[in-house]
This record gives sequence, C-alpha cells and structure tokens, in this order.
Amino acid sequence: MHELSICQGIVDSVCEAVPGGEVLVVTVEIGRLSGVVPDAVRFCFDACTRGTRVEGARLEVVDVPGRGRCGTCERELDVDELVARCPCGNPFLEILRGRELRIRSVEVN
Amino acid sequence: MCATCGCSGTIGGETVAAVAGEVGRDLHLREDDEAIGHAHDQVHTDDQVHAHVDDRTHPRAVKSKHAHLHKHAREHGHAHEHEHEHEHEHAQEHEHEHAHVHKHAHEHDEQEHAHDHGRVRAEGTAARTLQLEKEILGKNQLLAERNRGWLQGREIFAVNLMSSPGSGKTTLLERTIRDLAKQASVSVIEGDQETRLDAERIRAAGARVVQINTGTGCHLDAQMLGRALNELAPAPGSFLFIENVGNLVCPALFDLGEGARVVIASTTEGEDKPLKYPHMFRAAELILLNKVDLLPHLSFDVTRFVAHVRLVNPAAKVVRVSATCGDGLPEWYEWLAERGASVRRTA
Repeated sequence: MHELSICQGIVDSVCEAVPGGEVLVVTVEIGRLSGVVPDAVRFCFDACTRGTRVEGARLEVVDVPGRGRCGTCERELDVDELVARCPCGNPFLEILRGRELRIRSVEVN
Repeated sequence: MCATCGCSGTIGGETVAAVAGEVGRDLHLREDDEAIGHAHDQVHTDDQVHAHVDDRTHPRAVKSKHAHLHKHAREHGHAHEHEHEHEHEHAQEHEHEHAHVHKHAHEHDEQEHAHDHGRVRAEGTAARTLQLEKEILGKNQLLAERNRGWLQGREIFAVNLMSSPGSGKTTLLERTIRDLAKQASVSVIEGDQETRLDAERIRAAGARVVQINTGTGCHLDAQMLGRALNELAPAPGSFLFIENVGNLVCPALFDLGEGARVVIASTTEGEDKPLKYPHMFRAAELILLNKVDLLPHLSFDVTRFVAHVRLVNPAAKVVRVSATCGDGLPEWYEWLAERGASVRRTA
C-alpha cells in the first residue's frame, strides 16, 4: 500500500503550499503507468486528511493515459502497461507520458 | 500601485503587473492576469471589517487594522441583511484592538454583494484555484538527493537491495559480508515491518547494522534512510547495503539516494516475476537470480526468466547466484568492486 505514502505526500504538500483557508478540492494527476492505483489513493485520502486543513476536501483524480514511442519505427502509440510492444515488433518503448504523479491544483476558500 | 493597500512591486516573490478593480475592490494581478497575493474583495465603509482571501497584511494601514479570514455561506447573490458571528483565524502576527466576538451587519445592494471573494465559481460558490504543479513524491526526491550527496561525499557505495519475501536477501547478505570482510568495510541498514531478527543475523555475520522497523509501512523512504545514515555513520569508502522491505511493489517508487538498485529474484518464484512487477525490475541495474543450486529440482526456466527481464529492462545485468552454495558470487563481488570504484572516482 504505497498509496498511503502517496496520500501523505499529497496532504503534506498541500498544507505546505496553501498558507490558510479551507481546502475544498485537491486535483491530482495519476498516470496509468505510474504504479499508483487511483482507487487506493481515494481510499486512503480521508484517513490521511483527518485532523489537517485538508480534512473534508474532495479528491479529484485526473487519469493520464500512457503514451510511448517506438525507437525502431518512430511510431507513437497509446500504452496502458509498462511492458508494451510496438506493432512493428519492438518491445522496447520509450515512455512519453503516463508516469505522472503530480498535484495539479487546489481550490481554497 | 494598489489604491487600497499601497502594494506594488512584488508580493511573495511575484511581480505585481497590474491592479484591477476599483478602489476598495482591488485585485493584484500577475503578468498573465492570474490574481496573486490578496484581493480586496469587499466594499466596506467606515470601520467595517473586511475579508481577505489570504493572510496578508496591508503595508499601509487601512481603516481596519487586522487581516482575517472569515467564512460565509457560499450561495448568495441576493440582497440580504444578516448578522453573524464569525470564527476567524489570524494567520499572521499583527496588532489589533477589537473584541473578537463581533457582529457586523452588512447591508448590501441587490446587485452588489459585498462578498464576491475573488473568483466566483459557476455555481456561485466563492473559491479560488491555486495551480500547484507539484510532484507528489517531490519531498522524497529531495531527501533522496540529499542522501545521495551525503554518500557520494564519503565515497560510500550504497546498494538498495529489493526482492519479494523469501528470495534470500538476508542469506545473500550474510555470505557477502563474510566474503568481503577482508577487503572492505561493510555496513547494513535493515528494513522490515517488524522484529530485529535480520539485524541480529547481519551483526552475527560481522557487519555494523541499523534496523528500521517500518511498522505498517511497506517500503523504506528517503527520510528513513537519512535517519539511519546518521545513526549508522558508515565508514568513508565502504559498502552500504540497504535491505529494503520484502515487497516487489512499493519500494520501486521511492528513491532512497542509493548508488544502485539491485533486485533479487529466486528460482523458487515464477519466471514471470519481471512481467508482473515491471516497475521494480525496470529500476534495477543488476538482477541476481538466487537459489540456482535448486534448479535441478525445479521446473524454473532461466532462459525464459532472462527473456522476461529483457522485455522490461534491456540494460539490466543478470547474474545467477546461490547464496548458500556460492555459485556465481565472484561475479557479484566483481560488480560490487567495479561500481564501488566508480563511486570513488566520481566523488
């Protein structure tokens, strides 16, 4: 359950970045190739926010689809798993997108 | 310059490019028109208190002497008279002379509600959005880099050993410590959820050791390692082995500041482990396939295993070893010596 640490990281960063006020919404980007399961983050969020200024805030998860580039045929394609094969046969794709673990924004009152 | 508070120049390190609004309702803007700092978002008269969207004070005193946050029911857009007691937090030090349970009555014109806090959302709730764009693991990354610098400055080669439980990490370490004892100084940081059993085994093998019990945590992080480094104080020029919590999932995400990541897999596990746990195998520089002495009794296909590693991580080196029988260990020690020397060269 590294999602617990991920959640803790979100709460700590938000508390640090937002000097005051009530946090209403926290928007995070979680890439499909990041190794982090959004549902598990959602599950931990309430527990991690309890007793902090983020308590009661809504967590919005923006899903970032994976994208890779084939080094052989230069084609770019959507990938949903870290181990993906290009239709040309090359199994080694450079991952361009989908590993994101980022706090995009917070809405405060 | 802001007509309300006299702000100009910079706020919180950001340049005020413009001031929008009208007197008493000023909004400080950045060049890209993003509001920064605080907004004077309430028309107020006489000594009436006003709201700020953040905790900033006025460089030039306005009539009211304090900054505070207060909460109002969010949905309004209609004329109303209300009295309220509000709770407020004073986010910064300032002087103020007023009784804190105060009531203030506002009378609002129908069209001009005094509390249009900065940005009004479509549904009429008052809130503002702060773009953060912060890496969730940013803090761990920062601490990991600090550890990395600490280690490099002392020419210590730190190996983060990761595997599933039961792959033989501790047995391999015991053997490695005994075999390297003559030529190198070795110390160990042991990560386990509970017990000091592994630390005792390592100590018995002859190395200095610090045990980290993560409790419910399923991985080590850079902060834990930083604390352990302070406690252990490994010798300059030595080898440091960090035995991560037995888990092929979580430790993959947390950089500790190590010099190299090594994954130990064993022949009693499936050949498909690299495909099932690609994050872990992708991050490894070296993969040790342990328990090769048991191969005659197992259906484990080494070629398939190596092919799976290649799919996930074409650059990783795979070494077949047996921690109990000693097979392949010279190659492991050679890798350690080479990488350790490269750390000393770059330090």
